[in-house]
Amino acid sequence: MSFISYLVNGISLGSVYAIIALGYTMVYGIAKMLNFAHGDVIMIGGYVAFLTVSGMGLPPVLGVLISMVVCTVLGVTIEKIAYKPLRMASPLAVLITAIGVSYLLQNIALLLFGASPKAFTSMVSVPAIVLADGQLTISGETIVTIVACIVIMIGLNLFIKKSKAGRAMLAVSEDKGAAQLMGINVNGTIALTFAIGSALAAIAGVLLCSAYPTLTPYTGSMPGIKAFVAAVFGGIGSIPGAFLGGILLGVIENLSKAYISSQMADAIVFGVLIVVLLVRPTGILGKNIREKV
Amino acid sequence: MAMLEVKDLKVHYGMIEAIKGIDFEVNKGEVVALIGANGAGKTTILHTVSGLLQPSSGTVTFEGKDITKMPGHKIVSLGMAHVPEGRRVFAQLSVYENLLMGAYTRKDKQEIQETLDMVYTRFPRLEERKTQLAGTLSGGEQQMLAMGRALMSHPSIILMDEPSMGLSPIFVNEIFKIIEDVSSMGTTVLLVEQNAKKALDIANRAYVLETGKIVLSGDADKLKNDDAVKKAYLGE
Ligand SMILES: Nc1ncnc2c1ncn2[C@@H]1O[C@H](COP(=O)(O)OP(=O)(O)O)[C@@H](O)[C@H]1O
Ligand SMILES: [Mg+2]
Repeated sequence: MSFISYLVNGISLGSVYAIIALGYTMVYGIAKMLNFAHGDVIMIGGYVAFLTVSGMGLPPVLGVLISMVVCTVLGVTIEKIAYKPLRMASPLAVLITAIGVSYLLQNIALLLFGASPKAFTSMVSVPAIVLADGQLTISGETIVTIVACIVIMIGLNLFIKKSKAGRAMLAVSEDKGAAQLMGINVNGTIALTFAIGSALAAIAGVLLCSAYPTLTPYTGSMPGIKAFVAAVFGGIGSIPGAFLGGILLGVIENLSKAYISSQMADAIVFGVLIVVLLVRPTGILGKNIREKV
Repeated sequence: MAMLEVKDLKVHYGMIEAIKGIDFEVNKGEVVALIGANGAGKTTILHTVSGLLQPSSGTVTFEGKDITKMPGHKIVSLGMAHVPEGRRVFAQLSVYENLLMGAYTRKDKQEIQETLDMVYTRFPRLEERKTQLAGTLSGGEQQMLAMGRALMSHPSIILMDEPSMGLSPIFVNEIFKIIEDVSSMGTTVLLVEQNAKKALDIANRAYVLETGKIVLSGDADKLKNDDAVKKAYLGE
């Protein structure tokens, strides 16, 4: 029974990774850059939810919505100010800028909210379910996180396949010039991608802090890196890959903690990534990169 | 006034001046060919006209409107389509989805459907393969798709960049027949070609480009009989 419990918690943690990984993978697919500040947008999302709900006493749903709006604006602003001017620059310059933005966000949070951890009260009011005569308890946070992840995945897939803006994203991710020749506003599409990724980061931030209720300016950093690993693991640029990579990573991490060693869990996670990349350099569901003639 | 007017256009890649001040025009209903050796600057000119590149000086006027500084995606809705060099179809999208991307700027579903039917009638192969991923098509089929996709925006002018490049002789003939067809339906064509002989056969007028400069221009029939053109471009 405890195995099932570890497994379910792993899937829940993995769901958070998957939601964060979506932001990495979508931005990579479209702008061909790694937005290392993405993890810190999660942290900002957590603080906004904390301030609006615990601080101002707003209902959690409203707090989450405000957090999504703030993160969306933040993500689009970062893109416009920091990344857009570098669209023709070398990938290394963009990467360094992204790392810089990450530190900037952490230090702004440090300045605004201080270094002491905030005790985040869970935003989830769904009751836990008790199964197997009380041997297995699944918390409300776990349920909400897994459901949120599934809903987001299905919604995002429908959006990309069925909507005009979604198809524009596919076109831009494949060939910006050709997309522009179709009349697609490439810059607008990139901004939209950042907006969606950042709104999802806000949701991830709230779910993460509800499950692990301490909030500091560095809260987003480690989950951000793990989610990045998940995105690479699943195949960067692939949306189902982000989902699969996130869930697998969460499960591996949780089971390692339970059965091997909690200190070693992260090492095991990264070790598995290295092995997967040695066997499949493009990740589990990654496309083989074809050379253009 | 000409439909498309390019005046004193200069384009740089960094410090390199690829286009060194050229003038040309395309009138409504014409097929105008732009011929020149590899690296002469043909693609650069088309990219600048359709807004993928910004010129360092000069103007591009389309239907009386200065589009020199207009973002490329807005130029499409003015009625200009561009079939790029190397076709550049969206390999991960189906043939049908590629064609829909071509109609991205249009709103009326009914009209889009009519254009789609027209494209399928003109390119029956595309209809046969509509659910197939574009990346799995042959080169000639991809060229047809690129042309069909451009037609989906219902353009008044189409810029075509080396549509016959890398195709088998049968497909080359088919592509040129299609260009004549498109033209006879009233669409103006600006055609860039390596295959100067075939291009001059279907064009009304032509410009000859050498390292970023126009060195010759005139009626296609006249250029076909020009000794310098014959020697340099027609292999006679
Ligand atoms: N992206 C680029 N960066 C630098 N130089 C370029 C680029 N594209 C083309 N050029 C140069 O500009 C000139 C014209 O190229 P292009 O317009 O592609 O010629 P064409 O289409 O006639 O073969 C060539 O000398 C080419 O090397
Ligand atoms: Mg060329």
